Amino acid sequence: MSSSKISPRDRRRSHSIRVWRDRIFVFGFILAIVIGILGLAALLFDVLVDGLPFLNWNFLNSYASRKPLESGILAPLAGTIWIVGLTALLTIPIGVGTAIYLEEFAQKNRFNRLIELNIANLAGVPSVIYGLLGLAVFVQFLFNGSRNVTAGALTMTLLVLPIVVIASQEAIKAVPSSYRDAAFAMGANRWQVVKTVVLPQALPGMMSGIILALSRAIGESAPILIISSLVWVTFVPVSPDSKFTVLPLQIFTWISQPQHDFRGIAAAAIIVLLIVLLSMNGIAIWIRSKYQVRPDQ
Amino acid sequence: MSTNTELESNQAVLDRVTSRRHRQHVEQAIVAWLLRVAALISILTTIGIVIILVAQSAGFFAEVSPWDFLTGTEWTPLLKPQQFGVLSLVGGTLLVAAIAGIVSLTLGLGAAIFLSEYAPEKLRRVLKPILEVLAGIPTVVYGYFALTFITPILQDVFGSDRVIVFNALSAGLVMGLMIMPMVSTLSEDAMVAVPRSLRDAAYALGATRFEVATKVVIPAALSGIVASFILAVSRAVGETMIVKIAAGATPNLTLNPLESIQAMTAYIVQVSLGETPQGSLEYKTIFAVGLLLFAMTLVMNIVGRWVISRFRQQYN
Repeated sequence: MSSSKISPRDRRRSHSIRVWRDRIFVFGFILAIVIGILGLAALLFDVLVDGLPFLNWNFLNSYASRKPLESGILAPLAGTIWIVGLTALLTIPIGVGTAIYLEEFAQKNRFNRLIELNIANLAGVPSVIYGLLGLAVFVQFLFNGSRNVTAGALTMTLLVLPIVVIASQEAIKAVPSSYRDAAFAMGANRWQVVKTVVLPQALPGMMSGIILALSRAIGESAPILIISSLVWVTFVPVSPDSKFTVLPLQIFTWISQPQHDFRGIAAAAIIVLLIVLLSMNGIAIWIRSKYQVRPDQ
Repeated sequence: MSTNTELESNQAVLDRVTSRRHRQHVEQAIVAWLLRVAALISILTTIGIVIILVAQSAGFFAEVSPWDFLTGTEWTPLLKPQQFGVLSLVGGTLLVAAIAGIVSLTLGLGAAIFLSEYAPEKLRRVLKPILEVLAGIPTVVYGYFALTFITPILQDVFGSDRVIVFNALSAGLVMGLMIMPMVSTLSEDAMVAVPRSLRDAAYALGATRFEVATKVVIPAALSGIVASFILAVSRAVGETMIVKIAAGATPNLTLNPLESIQAMTAYIVQVSLGETPQGSLEYKTIFAVGLLLFAMTLVMNIVGRWVISRFRQQYN
């Protein structure tokens, strides 16, 4: 064996090389995380420095204008609220319903496995493809060419549905089966068990999934860009068949303008968008940690 | 009270219970039916996507041969003479995705190793949510960041004569930052699932933490790491706003990341924003490009999940 010929001195040296290699690589691994966090910090810093000077009440309360300093985000803010509201209205019953069906009602047969596989695949479809689907099915077929806020919300619903379904399934799976058994033993039928035992227990987990899905709907621009296409909207949508724009789309429009001040108001709109999204994420995390107490098993 | 009325009231109670049972049964049947309809919507969505993409592309492929589409390297559908070689768009998409893949694998794997093998639980619980904020930031914001922050830095480093304002490198770097939490979270899950006993055995033989991480944990978690990487790159291929804002609108089959390119997604958005008349050949190109994009990401996602499911079988 060659190892028996290694002198104690060589072995000590090899040991110290190994120890030093360990230390150097720890530094590398920490560096990877630090770069990620610095990237986030640089992004926030960049946006704050560019945008804060433009952020004031007027900015929140006026329409987009050809003059950057008179521009505001009233129309996209209202459009975003419309889109999120309608999307929530559609996504919550369909998404939670699908999850209840798959977890509580469906037999584990090939067809239902196909549905689950299909949902997992839909979660990975690029958002721009949903835009094409919405353009062809909702705008051109259903609404006869009208690029309205309902078409946008329907498209967003299909886009975020897999997120709600998967999160709700996880929440339902986490309810101990002994709870169900107890309710069944008292004579409840399956729907009564779901309604009175499973849903209340799974609600916090579902809520955080729903909030994350809706924040995705708020931040997503590519499908809305294809559906709405309209760039200068200077009115608040008043009904489900109004034309609309949303915050990310307005930001995109301003970034594409050549004048430098438009960059500033784009950054100001980004600050508003990030405040909305980060507080929604915060609420989701808070709900999860506050209510999702693991029952004793 | 006579026995007769008592019997009657018993019968009334029984009737009430039976009718309530019946009502509950009907309610359950209706609910079960509604839930099944909800579940079918996901299937209809997939069928809708495939039908729309295939039907609209069919008109395109009736005029342009699929072979020319898939092998041509010039993409000028909006100019005369029209050319439909999609490779220059695919090349742009893959160039950006490759840069993003390298960045996210390096940063994400490093972060996952630190979080899973080195970091104390308290530090881990602080660092993970911070990294995951990166995944929640809208892509249009990353586009802004790439254009206004990263590109000027690249121009300072490489010289503004060599770096075009809209370039693949800036978009790729920022996209790598965006998908880094995906790689780190999924890889870390895979590493945490490696049994403690394997690590202990290596430590007992005198291995350092670095040796345990690279010679025991990473090989054991390799399929999870590979899957995380495939899924993250698939996300990068399908991403739209960063490449639309920061990478340019010049179809260009190149390996030079400092040049301007056009990604498949960016082309789809560009045409749908323009004045192209609906039903024209130019308009149909976006569905043909969309079909190819859908197929590419679908294959990557299926392969990625297949690798993960193989990995789960190993330890459970």
